[in-house]
Amino acid sequence: MNNWIVLPTVLPAMTAALLILALPHHLKHQRVVSVGSTLLTLALAIGLLVLAGDGQPRAYFLGNWPAPFGIVLVLDRLSAIMLLLTAALALMVAVYACAGWDKRGRHFHALLQFQILGVNGAFLTGDLFNLFVFFEVMLIASYGLMLHGGGAPRLKAGFHYVAINLIASTLFLFGVGLIYAITGTLNMADLAGKVAAVSAGDQALLKTGAMLLFAVFATKAALVPLHWWLPSAYAATSAPAAAMFMIMTKVGAYAIIRVYGLIFGAEAGPLGAIAAPIVIPAALVTLIVGAVGVLASRNLRDLVCFSVVASMGNLLIAVGLFDGPGTTAALSYLVHSTLTGAALFLLVDVIAQRRGPQLDRLEPAPAIGNETLLGAMFFLAAIAMVGMPPLSGFIGKLLILDATRGAPHASLIWTTILGASLLMMIGYARAGSMIFWNNTEPVPSSGGAALGRAPDRLTGITLVPILVIAVLLAATAALSLGAGPFTGAFAATSEQLLDKAGYVRAVLAPAAGTGTGGN
Amino acid sequence: MELLVASATGVMTAVGIYLLLRARTFPVILGLTFLTYAVNLFLFAMGRLTINQPPVISAQASGYADPLPQALVLTAIVISFGMTALIVVLALRGFLESGSDAVDLSDADEGDMEAVRTDGDKARLPS
Repeated sequence: MNNWIVLPTVLPAMTAALLILALPHHLKHQRVVSVGSTLLTLALAIGLLVLAGDGQPRAYFLGNWPAPFGIVLVLDRLSAIMLLLTAALALMVAVYACAGWDKRGRHFHALLQFQILGVNGAFLTGDLFNLFVFFEVMLIASYGLMLHGGGAPRLKAGFHYVAINLIASTLFLFGVGLIYAITGTLNMADLAGKVAAVSAGDQALLKTGAMLLFAVFATKAALVPLHWWLPSAYAATSAPAAAMFMIMTKVGAYAIIRVYGLIFGAEAGPLGAIAAPIVIPAALVTLIVGAVGVLASRNLRDLVCFSVVASMGNLLIAVGLFDGPGTTAALSYLVHSTLTGAALFLLVDVIAQRRGPQLDRLEPAPAIGNETLLGAMFFLAAIAMVGMPPLSGFIGKLLILDATRGAPHASLIWTTILGASLLMMIGYARAGSMIFWNNTEPVPSSGGAALGRAPDRLTGITLVPILVIAVLLAATAALSLGAGPFTGAFAATSEQLLDKAGYVRAVLAPAAGTGTGGN
Repeated sequence: MELLVASATGVMTAVGIYLLLRARTFPVILGLTFLTYAVNLFLFAMGRLTINQPPVISAQASGYADPLPQALVLTAIVISFGMTALIVVLALRGFLESGSDAVDLSDADEGDMEAVRTDGDKARLPS
């Protein structure tokens, strides 16, 4: 059964190769293959989630080399949940792109598949250097997606994005090198045992390596002060790419949970919990910066970008607790913010297309077509993002508030979270009323028809994007409706994360039948 | 040799960081290149500096060079080489399309950015 674990990386890789080599000029076939393959990945992720549901971490040994000598992929509840989230998001993005964005440049679907490969690999791997490699796969694909469609400003913002990520990759290598030099291993399960036994003279070096890695993950997760790349990059790229990038910030958060929970966790002796003192203060500042950014944005896209920054703040506050309730809240919020952020990016794209020359700027414009429907969707998405009842943002935020109740400076944390929610609510209310209510008279164009006014009837090509957004919003509503079972599953996941011995055993001493690999 | 390797890594890192902070794309790319050279050398030294030792097991060997950092460096070289090629093309296209090789975004770029986000969308909607 364990051989299934490698498939979420193999399938997108094969699909991407097929798309580039066999179907480079057949957009229709590309769409069918891409959406079909993403559906298969989704089915695979559901299967793996069921497999991981028994609470037993499973390892897949590449080439059947025993750990810690070979590379190992590990499936536990956390990686299974992340795989499912990635596949669901990728399916929505692939379908949305089929409505027109994939015509703007070549190879959108192939790049999307490579992105899925990198993200899935990062969630599955149990080896630090392999994590670097999958980060790179993910980033290389994201460079292509980010630049999809071209244009000078996108190229310039893309240069920033690539440069920042190259610097982060270099730091990653420095960190990995230091950790290898001290401990002689890069296998996460092996490291978990060896970090506690490092001699006193080497601890400072190992700590340097660990903190360099933290800087890298914080850059990916857009933690202040390493967040400045996010608004300009996400604002410059195309809507489906921005929606797909929602999972990339989560990869950073995942890596923090994994590395600083498992390797440098509380049990790691003098190096235990080294990230904990930094995460929560930085996350609080991230939340404030994001909320102020939402208030100060002059167009809808920036508004969404800064609410993504703010949501990473909320998420990392919960991650920074590094305990059971904190991780449960973090996972709940993580799933919610990925879906809601993606829905908002796509929705802003749909709105901007209908507004004519004003695009998504917050200024008066003629009323758009399907105003009631789009307005209602924006209202729901805003409610979810701000964290008001009844949608999933509220549940996530409630769990975070509950988890931080016993933390030091709980009052400060509560004040910041609630104050930031208020700022974001004002920002969204202002933006929504400007876009949907502050309408000017339509400007008659030379042909007599109103400029920028889209048809009211939703048929064919205009319906697909709206359906995709509706499905994403329905998913956040489902998260809220099924809050009990979902929270139970997240709690089981965080319990499994705290049981580090189980993870180490699955990798280093697999029992017969549970740890067989293959090639 | 330790002094030589350590100072070479340090100097290359310092040069790389200095160049990264310049305002034009070409020095920034050179800075990134220096930084990747530095990290490659650094990774290589992480397996300890050994001379005249075989990397894999041989019956006559008195000691071994650690082969793993060499494999890591190889991977890192391939990735950084590809990335450097990509960023060179990116900088070149950016220069050709905007006529400037400045790294920062000007106000005009910000204005263009709003247009480029949804550029071409209007063609999709029936007018």
